[in-house]
Amino acid sequence: MSGKPVLHYANTRGRMESVRWLLAAAGVEFEEKFLEKKEDLQKLKSDGSLLFQQVPMVEIDGMKMVQTRAILNYIAGKYNLYGKDLKERALIDMYVEGLADLYELIMMNVVQPADKKEEHLANALDKAANRYFPVFEKVLKDHGHDFLVGNKLSRADVHLLETILAVEESKPDALAKFPLLQSFKARMSNMPNIKKFLQPGSPKKPPLQEKEIPNLLAIFS
Amino acid sequence: MAAKPVLYYFNGRGKMESIRWLLAAAGVEVFRTGQVPMVEIDGMKLVQTRAILNYIAGKYNLYGKDLKERALIDMYVGGTDDLMGFLLSFPFLSAEDKVKQCAFVVEKATSRYFPAYEKVLKDHGQDFLVGNRLSWADIHLLEAILMLEEKKSDALSGFPLLQAFKKRISSIPTIKKFLAPGSKRKPISDDKYVETVRRVLRMYYDVKPH
Repeated sequence: MSGKPVLHYANTRGRMESVRWLLAAAGVEFEEKFLEKKEDLQKLKSDGSLLFQQVPMVEIDGMKMVQTRAILNYIAGKYNLYGKDLKERALIDMYVEGLADLYELIMMNVVQPADKKEEHLANALDKAANRYFPVFEKVLKDHGHDFLVGNKLSRADVHLLETILAVEESKPDALAKFPLLQSFKARMSNMPNIKKFLQPGSPKKPPLQEKEIPNLLAIFS
Repeated sequence: MAAKPVLYYFNGRGKMESIRWLLAAAGVEVFRTGQVPMVEIDGMKLVQTRAILNYIAGKYNLYGKDLKERALIDMYVGGTDDLMGFLLSFPFLSAEDKVKQCAFVVEKATSRYFPAYEKVLKDHGQDFLVGNRLSWADIHLLEAILMLEEKKSDALSGFPLLQAFKKRISSIPTIKKFLAPGSKRKPISDDKYVETVRRVLRMYYDVKPH
């Protein structure tokens, strides 16, 4: 056993991507075992490896962890990316949960029926521009620090960068009205661990293409 | 700043109910008013159900003694959250869809979730899910069990350890009090609740089952 965390999921972003981001930001190397066909998932189930018969599953520190939030909470706690006390954790949780809502909206676009795609995307981008980004721009403005919470890198910063980049894949000028988020993005992207993760050949996955969907459905249904 | 936490929500279950459960189990008294899940507590205005629950659990020592216990609690709570999540939209469904959704949720509970928790209790033989002491995971599981039993009164048949668990956790004084009439616990959402939510949020008019 290498001692590195092992990620079990399909070779796609899905619900595992934020785990990849967080491990990368923490400078933790990991392995991935990709589910390629239905039998791969079936084997994990019959091995008793999946508490609720679902992936994501991450083998880490002798545990077979499931539930994305649980996995992210554990990694954040272990690598000091979860604030210094309960109150900082509360702020981080608020930000992360809000970002997760936006991220999910953006990610769900590719699976919308063709006639609903445009409307769905417009709604997601509208929420980004009018509900979510203004909140984070204000947070940065109010305290004037480089990071969202406690003047120190936390999972909230990592998740915000992840979400910004996802939105920009659909709308490259999404940050046009948010100068502090622009400099946040530049700063974060330059941090060594993150810079490495943003380079080709890293575990970072590309956006889901429509042609991948049939195979994913075959694995998961 | 109020000394007691103040809850902002509709006068119904929805996403606030798990918060009421956890506060009640911790013996914390609350006031309530208003709109979205929002809780004023310790000088903060907390939104996002998970953030609120995490904070309360941490503050009242219901979140395990270390990272690994917290990991287990988070996993178990994630499961019961998913299960109860299938019922969130239930009040807004048509009568026909309610029947379908009910069958769906009961099937998931009895084939996926309840077996998992039954096994946890069987494997360590302890009274509580994690760390041999009461945690958020136990409270959340009890909430989920009672919610399922509202849909199928014998949902726990075939799960003897969960039956004993339910009795045990229900008789903890703070929880017993919460389960008694006159507590802050909310009843199943009725038509009035549905109408209020639709009117205020201007949403949930055309809800499909899972």
